[in-house]
Amino acid sequence: MSAQVSASRGSVSAPPIMAIALHDGFLGGAVALLFTLPLVGFRTVEALGGLSIETRLIEVAVSVVLVALGRFALSLNRQGLSLPVLAGALIGLPVSALLPFPTMALQLISVVGCVVIGIMAGLRLYAQRSHLTQTERTQRWDRFAAHIQDATFWLGPVAIGFAILLPLMPFADRRLLDIGILILTYIMLGWGLNIIVGLAGLLDLGYVAFYAVGAYSYALLAFYFDMSFWLCLPLAGLLSAVAGLLLGFPVLRLRGDYFAIVTLGFGEIIRVILLNWYQFTGGPDGISGIPRPSFFGLAEFTRRPRGDEVAFHHMFDLDFSTLHRMIFLYYLILVLALVVNFFTIRIRRMPLGRAWEALREDDIACASLGINRVSIKLAAFSISAMWGGFAGAFFATRQGFISPESFTFLESAIILSIVVLGGMGSQVGVVVAALVLIGLPEWFRELEQYRMLAFGAGMVLIMLWRPRGLLAHRDPTIFLHKRKSAHQQLVEAQARQ
Amino acid sequence: MLKITDVHTYYGAIEALKGVDIDVHQGEIVTLIGANGAGKTTLLMTVCGRPPARFGHIWFDGVEITRRPTFEIIRLGIAQSPEGRRIFPRMTVFENLQLGALTADKSGFADSLERVYTLFPILKQRADQRGGTLSGGEQQMLSIGRALMSRPRLLLLDEPSLGLAPMIVKQIFRVVEEINRDSGVTIFMVEQNAHLSLKLAHRGYVMVNGRIELTGTGAELLANEEVRAAYLEGGRH
Ligand SMILES: Nc1ncnc2c1ncn2[C@@H]1O[C@H](COP(=O)(O)OP(=O)(O)OP(=O)(O)O)[C@@H](O)[C@H]1O
Ligand SMILES: [Mg+2]
Repeated sequence: MSAQVSASRGSVSAPPIMAIALHDGFLGGAVALLFTLPLVGFRTVEALGGLSIETRLIEVAVSVVLVALGRFALSLNRQGLSLPVLAGALIGLPVSALLPFPTMALQLISVVGCVVIGIMAGLRLYAQRSHLTQTERTQRWDRFAAHIQDATFWLGPVAIGFAILLPLMPFADRRLLDIGILILTYIMLGWGLNIIVGLAGLLDLGYVAFYAVGAYSYALLAFYFDMSFWLCLPLAGLLSAVAGLLLGFPVLRLRGDYFAIVTLGFGEIIRVILLNWYQFTGGPDGISGIPRPSFFGLAEFTRRPRGDEVAFHHMFDLDFSTLHRMIFLYYLILVLALVVNFFTIRIRRMPLGRAWEALREDDIACASLGINRVSIKLAAFSISAMWGGFAGAFFATRQGFISPESFTFLESAIILSIVVLGGMGSQVGVVVAALVLIGLPEWFRELEQYRMLAFGAGMVLIMLWRPRGLLAHRDPTIFLHKRKSAHQQLVEAQARQ
Repeated sequence: MLKITDVHTYYGAIEALKGVDIDVHQGEIVTLIGANGAGKTTLLMTVCGRPPARFGHIWFDGVEITRRPTFEIIRLGIAQSPEGRRIFPRMTVFENLQLGALTADKSGFADSLERVYTLFPILKQRADQRGGTLSGGEQQMLSIGRALMSRPRLLLLDEPSLGLAPMIVKQIFRVVEEINRDSGVTIFMVEQNAHLSLKLAHRGYVMVNGRIELTGTGAELLANEEVRAAYLEGGRH
């Protein structure tokens, strides 16, 4: 790498590094100008006598300069001048933190940009030092991923044990439980979506539709028919599965990008219906007062039971605490998520699961083996939808209030990111990605809306670093001779290549 | 056993097959040769219903299968080793073979597996290895082995010799002959290697531009002047 750089520096015919970098920087700035001028430069404001247009040219100038500088630095970095870029990023970080920017967002972009560029330059420097090629490093990470897969044999039970004990710990306060429930909900959704995306290889951009169907099924059944959570939970799953079948029929003839786009459309359609069917769903007002779950219909989590109700704390002779319900919800979602996980692990070994994976690996070969692709796709769609529905019913009972707001495309995108970043098809990957993507931003809630910016930056970094996902590694479902570890296999396979 | 009459297949507006007639009888090995782009792969795919024939008829064992869905056709007892092998690269050899048996009766699984391992012992040694890390020859063996796992009565092979060393090609053709002789599986094979495949075959067809131009026994075609000029002697025309 460094030899290549000095050669190109010395030779006359090759354009000098600076010229290329400047060119890249100008080009980036020009593109930024093109986009920011209409998007940022003009803003309609309500003034006396109607709307008027306000110009924000300083913001435009600053963002163009930021993009040009960033592009310039990236170009230098790509051409091997990582050390000056790293130094520049380190200087730029405090400078952009202290300099007065016209808006907070620009300042944040500048700070995050410095961090990202600094990390990239640092990674590159490290790579140059370590004398490893890109493939060698990827292989090293693959082996690491395989180690983690192997480790799930003992790490899985340990993690489950930890999850079970967590609410009983003295430090388990309301906030920790809240985050725990949220993460587990996303883990469950990630595992559910993993069946369609990870196993069957169909890119579903509208998974949130089934989540919404589940949530509204419970909310509406409870509202109109006064049905209890425990009765509604299976019904919500069933209704979502039916929704999956109905949506599946027209969609499943499509392939690849078309499939993805239509599922995205369906996700939005469901939301728009919920929004507009005012008489039935309450429209944008949503549904409030959704009943909280009882303790399996035996006891209620209330301080003072009404009528012939039994209170949970009386039943177990405890002091009343609002944490009890939280802990119960926590265990409920833990069990639901684990059910999805065990289901997936089981079904991967069965003909249906096999057929899904065959479909993902090679569509044409799959057909030539006599697999009825339409029916197995439908099965993947409706089973995945069913888990989404369960999660939705849980969401409704946890929140006590739902509205179409909770089921936007962003939600689908987050669930999909969890699956993709984790490494499609990897069950452990979903857990890791959910912890990173949901846990971290939730923990740093103080940053408010800039969390999403950090979320995006994190995603870009992960994609640069492990484009196939953090733990992309398919574990065989059966071994004939002795069980070889995934790591061992990978080493052998890499040695043969 | 397989009867194809006047089959026309289209890709959009392009007519890839322009009226093909072929007969494959029970217990035969039949080879189809032809230049690149003649439509050989298209014919095998049409037999499996993907793409379906627009005109004409295809019968398998007296049952018309012309426009039936692929999975139904395969379940009648046809198996295909498709062009380019198309094994599942991230799955192990054993998992690939299991997938081949997905549509077959479960009770016959152990037998089928034993038979495939006897034909291709290397697959048994490599059972836990991922398909994608096999050599080209091993992948071809896996593709044929996977097709055999459904215990087909008719085996369709699309260029099994593609990109393989002469030694491996000979080995694979020997096994094809063995499959035909010992298990009575009828074989319909598409090949570029005209010499070896016509020597192996009972009968052969020559396809040019979506039509059958010539037919005869393997020996007749090998002796035919046109065939020799076009397919055997370095492609002199
Ligand atoms: N999916 C497709 N869409 C459009 N045209 C196709 C498609 N597949 C094949 N064709 C066309 O149909 C014709 C026949 O192709 P086919 O693959 O059957 O040839 P082949 O005889 O198998 O050739 P080869 O020996 O190179 O494998 C070619 O002109 C090809 O371009
Ligand atoms: Mg072909």
